[in-house]
Amino acid sequence: MNEFMRKLLFLPEEGSAYAAEVDRLHFFVITVTMISATMVALATLYFFVKYKRKSETQATPRVEPKAIHEILFIGVPLGFFLLWFAIGFPLFVKLQNPPKDAMDVYVQAKKWMWKFSYPGGPNGTDVLRVPAGRPVRLLITSRDVIHSFFVPDLRLKQDAVPGRYAQTWFTASRPGRHQVLCAEYCGIGHSAMLAEVVAMDPVSFDAWLAEARRSSVPSAQDWPGEGADPRATLPEQGRRLAAEYGCFKCHTVDGTRHIGPTWLDLYRKSEKLEDGSTVIADEAYLTESIMDPAARIVAGYQNNMPTFQGRIPAPEIAAIVEFIKTLRTDAVHPEPSKGPVYVPVTGYDPTRASR
Amino acid sequence: MSPSLATTPPAPPAEPVYNPRNYLNAEAGIASWLLTRDHKRIGIMYFVGTTMAFALGGLFAMLIRIELLTPGPTIMSAMSYNRMFTLHGVVMIFIFMIPAIPGIFGNFLLPIMVGARDVAFPKLNLLSFYLWAAGAIIALYGMIHGGADTGWTFYTPYSTTTVTKVVPILLGAFVIGFSSILTGLNFIVTTHTLRAPGISWMKMPLFVWSIYATSVIQILATPVLGITLLLVAFEHAFGWGVFDPALGGDPILFQHMFWFYSHPAVYIMVLPAMAVISEVIQAAARKNIFGYRAVAFSSLGIAFVGFFTWGHHMFTSGQSTLDAGVFGVLSMFVGIFTAIKVFNWTATLYKGAVRFTTPFAYFLGFMFFLVFGGMTGIALATVSLDVHWQDTYFVVAHFHFIMVGGVIMAWLAAIHYWWPKMFGRLYSEGWGLVSAVLIILGFNATFIPQFLLGNSGMPRRYYSYPERFWPLNVASTAGASLLAFGFAIIAIYLAISLKWGKVAGPNPWGSRGYEWGTLSPPPPENFLEQPVFDRPPHDYSEELPGMEVTHAT
Repeated sequence: MNEFMRKLLFLPEEGSAYAAEVDRLHFFVITVTMISATMVALATLYFFVKYKRKSETQATPRVEPKAIHEILFIGVPLGFFLLWFAIGFPLFVKLQNPPKDAMDVYVQAKKWMWKFSYPGGPNGTDVLRVPAGRPVRLLITSRDVIHSFFVPDLRLKQDAVPGRYAQTWFTASRPGRHQVLCAEYCGIGHSAMLAEVVAMDPVSFDAWLAEARRSSVPSAQDWPGEGADPRATLPEQGRRLAAEYGCFKCHTVDGTRHIGPTWLDLYRKSEKLEDGSTVIADEAYLTESIMDPAARIVAGYQNNMPTFQGRIPAPEIAAIVEFIKTLRTDAVHPEPSKGPVYVPVTGYDPTRASR
Repeated sequence: MSPSLATTPPAPPAEPVYNPRNYLNAEAGIASWLLTRDHKRIGIMYFVGTTMAFALGGLFAMLIRIELLTPGPTIMSAMSYNRMFTLHGVVMIFIFMIPAIPGIFGNFLLPIMVGARDVAFPKLNLLSFYLWAAGAIIALYGMIHGGADTGWTFYTPYSTTTVTKVVPILLGAFVIGFSSILTGLNFIVTTHTLRAPGISWMKMPLFVWSIYATSVIQILATPVLGITLLLVAFEHAFGWGVFDPALGGDPILFQHMFWFYSHPAVYIMVLPAMAVISEVIQAAARKNIFGYRAVAFSSLGIAFVGFFTWGHHMFTSGQSTLDAGVFGVLSMFVGIFTAIKVFNWTATLYKGAVRFTTPFAYFLGFMFFLVFGGMTGIALATVSLDVHWQDTYFVVAHFHFIMVGGVIMAWLAAIHYWWPKMFGRLYSEGWGLVSAVLIILGFNATFIPQFLLGNSGMPRRYYSYPERFWPLNVASTAGASLLAFGFAIIAIYLAISLKWGKVAGPNPWGSRGYEWGTLSPPPPENFLEQPVFDRPPHDYSEELPGMEVTHAT
């Protein structure tokens, strides 16, 4: 039945578990719509036939509605509307909240291509490889205008907005290929801004990822300020960039309190703010604190950080945030000179470097 | 025998009479039109102006549909295509749909329906028209000198960084906004202060209620659009960093400000359409509306709740999950107010005396588009479903059904219903029905494939598309040509009617709307003597010999 409805409505295949849930609600809504529209049409037809005009001066009785009529007119549709909302909204909440064990991929949109970066490498454009059956979280931003990451097969869409990160997630049901389209108008290349999600079986995916990382040149110990190495992983690039932009003048990576809060164990930490509220230092908050530091100041610190809005492009912020995420007590060597213990492998395709 | 609706029509003559001294011929010469303060003449000028805008917007639409006939380039470059859909949106929304029904029929009918000599501020009314014309000319200048490629939504930072001539188009829309505000103000003051003795609030024609609700939105929401468009123009011209993140701005702020106006703007367009339909259905069914209060107050309800739903345009923009939920629920309530009207209009037929006329055909078309456009709107407000549909052709089809379908059906219903009143002549009812059928079928053939295209995942504003979307695009273009054909027929028989149409007489429909109590075309003073309104509008509860001039067409 669902398969029949899906074909009737020209819906694409259901590539995620989420897609099937969304479609079920879609079929419910469309069926009720058709039935109610048919009922209104039949009522109109019946009245039209029964009450055809007999003379041009014909008088008609004044009919005043009873309260119950208007209550039914309001109550019945409202009941359905709220029922749909009660089913649809929790589904949306689910889409907004990735499971904790999701694998992260950074998605960067620009005119007119999609770039995908795995935190431990590799980086690439146009093809996003994911393991089927495992949740994947996408952290999406743009480096120029607004784009929108749209995968019809997965019933997934998230705008890529410059200057901020948005997250969404999916679990591909089975191995297969799904087209990615840009859904937010972005200029003459808008309709050519295509990419592909390739869902692989998890074993092949792991093998591919390891191979991609191994086959690329392992990056040197690129310490802060040692110059750009485009082959570096995101966290490695982030460390270098943080030094370039002078982040370490105020922030430490070893837990020491300085002018600004330390970055050690900062990711997902619950920070108390000046106004007494708390915030989880997730990707969104870290990005905001770079772009607009004054927006939410951590209690006990001065508002003296300059804004980096427009000075650090989106992909570089991604790298810095990814660097901050690697700074865990259990993963970091105490002496700053040695830096994070991080698998020193990168996946890198020199022909696809964006920096 | 005391005429009860108005005093002007004398005993029915054997043959309908063309009112010899009317607003059309009372004064002659171009200047008498351009400097007129007569609300009826201003209405006619809006009629001419907005119809030209509609033809221009329709031309852009046809070019878009021809371009989409094949998956690759067909007749124009990507840049031209992007300009086309931008101009189609800007012309149709700002220059045609927002001013059309209030400008033409609100101006022409509202003062007559409340028994007034004119609107409260006739000079301001003329100024409104010229502001509209000035805005349209500024926008047209921008179109000729390069056009804009931003889409009518002007999303930042694209619109602030594009190299095309976006500033004149923004300024054109900004100036038209003032026209909209002044017209709204005029209607509100007229409704409050110029109602004739006997027309209490609960005896006002439903047309007036709905136009009143529209006017409230116009004066409250339009200033926000003005501010937003100016900020975009300044940012584009001088590099202000309000919306562009590269300059320290926030692009999502633009979306909030834009939709704060542009969602209520949907009701600025649809409420006047509902105003027309409430009148047309009562006349066609020869019966008073089923639930007067429900229909009247639901207009105000739409105007009120319409201000709190703008966030449903932004479910995938990254706004907070809670915001999305709140905006979703509130959008359901706008749907409820519309549902109330649909049920009440249908129930108006109950125990009526229905006659199938051209306006009634458009009433049926309106109901069809409103029901399906409305229900797809509810589906879109069901947050999780929107994720797939957002920015696809499903949304395009949805708003063309409810907004464009609703407005076009009501606009055509209004033209056909009030044509005899405005020009004193009848048109060919046969051709009227033929073109109504063509237009309703053509509209469905154009936009039903677009719903399916949206389902299958084709995003909007696509110059080229993957081949799997080809067949449905061909179907849509075929439907659009049917639609264009229908409009051409209407233009022809209405033009013929102007000169050679049969004389209509004051009231060819036997309608008991207040405006039918005066002569056709109305005299410059609207009524020859103070009319008496001792019955509610559209009261058909007793036969009143001598009241109506009927005649078969």
